[in-house]
Amino acid sequence: MQTNVLEYFLKTQDRWPSKTAVTDGCEAWTFEQLGKRAASIARKIVSLTSSTNSPVAVYLPKTNEAIASFLGVLLSGNCYAPLDTKAPVARIQTILNHLDPVLIITTSELSSQLAANGVDTSRLLLVNQVHSDDGELPDRWQKLIDTDPVYIIHTSGSTGRPKGVVVNHRGVIDYIDWARDTFGIDDRCVIGNQAPLIFDNSTLDLYLCFACGATLHLIPEELFLFPVRLLEYLAEKFVNFVFWVPSVMISTADKKVLDRVTNLRLQKVLFAGEVMPAKHLNVWRSRFPGALFANLYGPTEITVDCTYYIVDRPLDDDEPVPIGRPCRNTQVLILNAENQPCKVGERGELCVRGSSLASGYWNDPTHTAGAFVQNPLNRHHPELIYRTGDSVYRNEKGEIIFVGRKDFQIKHMGYRIELGDIEHFAMQVSGIRNACVLYQFDKKQIVLVYEADRDIDPGFIRRELGRNLPKYMWPTAFHRLCELPRTANGKIDRQQLIMEYAGQTVLNGRLDSSESGTMRQIEILRGVGD
Amino acid sequence: MEDINAILKNIRPEFEFAGVNDFFSLGMLDSFDLTVLISALEEHYAITIDGTDILPENFQSVAAIRSLLTKYGVGGMGIVPDNSRN
Repeated sequence: MQTNVLEYFLKTQDRWPSKTAVTDGCEAWTFEQLGKRAASIARKIVSLTSSTNSPVAVYLPKTNEAIASFLGVLLSGNCYAPLDTKAPVARIQTILNHLDPVLIITTSELSSQLAANGVDTSRLLLVNQVHSDDGELPDRWQKLIDTDPVYIIHTSGSTGRPKGVVVNHRGVIDYIDWARDTFGIDDRCVIGNQAPLIFDNSTLDLYLCFACGATLHLIPEELFLFPVRLLEYLAEKFVNFVFWVPSVMISTADKKVLDRVTNLRLQKVLFAGEVMPAKHLNVWRSRFPGALFANLYGPTEITVDCTYYIVDRPLDDDEPVPIGRPCRNTQVLILNAENQPCKVGERGELCVRGSSLASGYWNDPTHTAGAFVQNPLNRHHPELIYRTGDSVYRNEKGEIIFVGRKDFQIKHMGYRIELGDIEHFAMQVSGIRNACVLYQFDKKQIVLVYEADRDIDPGFIRRELGRNLPKYMWPTAFHRLCELPRTANGKIDRQQLIMEYAGQTVLNGRLDSSESGTMRQIEILRGVGD
Repeated sequence: MEDINAILKNIRPEFEFAGVNDFFSLGMLDSFDLTVLISALEEHYAITIDGTDILPENFQSVAAIRSLLTKYGVGGMGIVPDNSRN
């Protein structure tokens, strides 16, 4: 019985030592090279700390070296916490203060940025100064059990401090074994990675590479700006498997673009992270009629994905793409406001039970207890479920359909964002008395409505927010009001602001929106939601 | 020309775009900005930009954007930009 994710990699390294494991636009490493590099980093970690099951922050860009660092951390018996090198240092500092990692793996260059911004540098491990050597493989990892953590991934929190989701070995093994069997992945698979390493979608790419001997191409990020260049890269690298966010699929879903590049070999196209419009999916399907397309769904808290839908029938352009059925060894409960299972067609909150559940939020018993709760349908023994906060229903075919959020969390360019996180920092901008952040689904735009006596230069607001928030969280539309509208009980009237500034039109007395999320957002505000 | 500058300025108010030759290598525009820029141009000039035209050489400078717009019939005196939106 496998109890540690490293077993995937070590077996593959033995079986295909000279096969290409990972490329990053600069270098290509074989499984043997990757393993040797990881072992060298692990020996360095072991020489610096006696800790096990402790977080090691990895503050590196998406490179082969970052992948080796993850493996090195695991070999040292610890868990890795990837941090965004593009995020403002203040946000990194907030995370580091809360995470309190035993070490921070980074480079000399990035470390000076951290140091210049007051991050404690005593625990830095400069990976560019680690020499590759041929010592013994550290064995601390062998003492771990499968409920020990593999990684801690940070997601936006509504109060301005990101939450660290602690994911364990059992969850990752459960997920990867399911994915390998379900999608028939083997060593002929060539993966084109899009997901940033700070985003848990990358777990699938990395561990399918480790588990199956598949080659992993870390696609240089700038290629995602230019669809034709991106597809040319896929052709050049013989990529046949991708697991991307719909934003990227949508920007590439142009018949002329897809037809321009001829020798594409895509066989498996998976996507997750936000709603995939059938219209754009259909463009892809007509270009790759023989390929498998699958919509995956799941929050970080249940180890990447908990439901999937392999597209098995024609879908109308305006039809929702189902999120499908639960993954193996996972059960999905759709609970109504009374905590009872919903009937077919009835909307409720998607809740998950299974080995996939994360261990909780790092150093955060309150949020953990709020989201990981006793299964209300089991009165006999302790059993946790994770409450996703996502509203869904089951259709007559038994497929689950995503409707929207119960709160103010959005998905923007694939990133999970709490609007409250942005509001928190917007209210700290000098001159702004109060702020409300909205999402305009049709234009995919974050809208800031603020209360101030005079107009504030948007450039100034963005610069100020940029001290604490990564770029994907910056508003791109700004509206000033002398006073934000209030509801009868004195709260900010979000519904009115959405109508005014987030572009909702009313057709035949019903809200017209291709994004059900907006409908849901408004329902909540009207008190229709649970 | 002024419109292009204004649109760029609206997306990245912190930069001066005029006279710069390569927005991408200088880090002035990234994938988020490019998405916003394309929809802003499409809305402002009432055009639809082909996916095959989304290449660095068409967006790397104000001059490049202008010649791309010319290809879509923008740039003569005939086209009145839609200024009804801010």
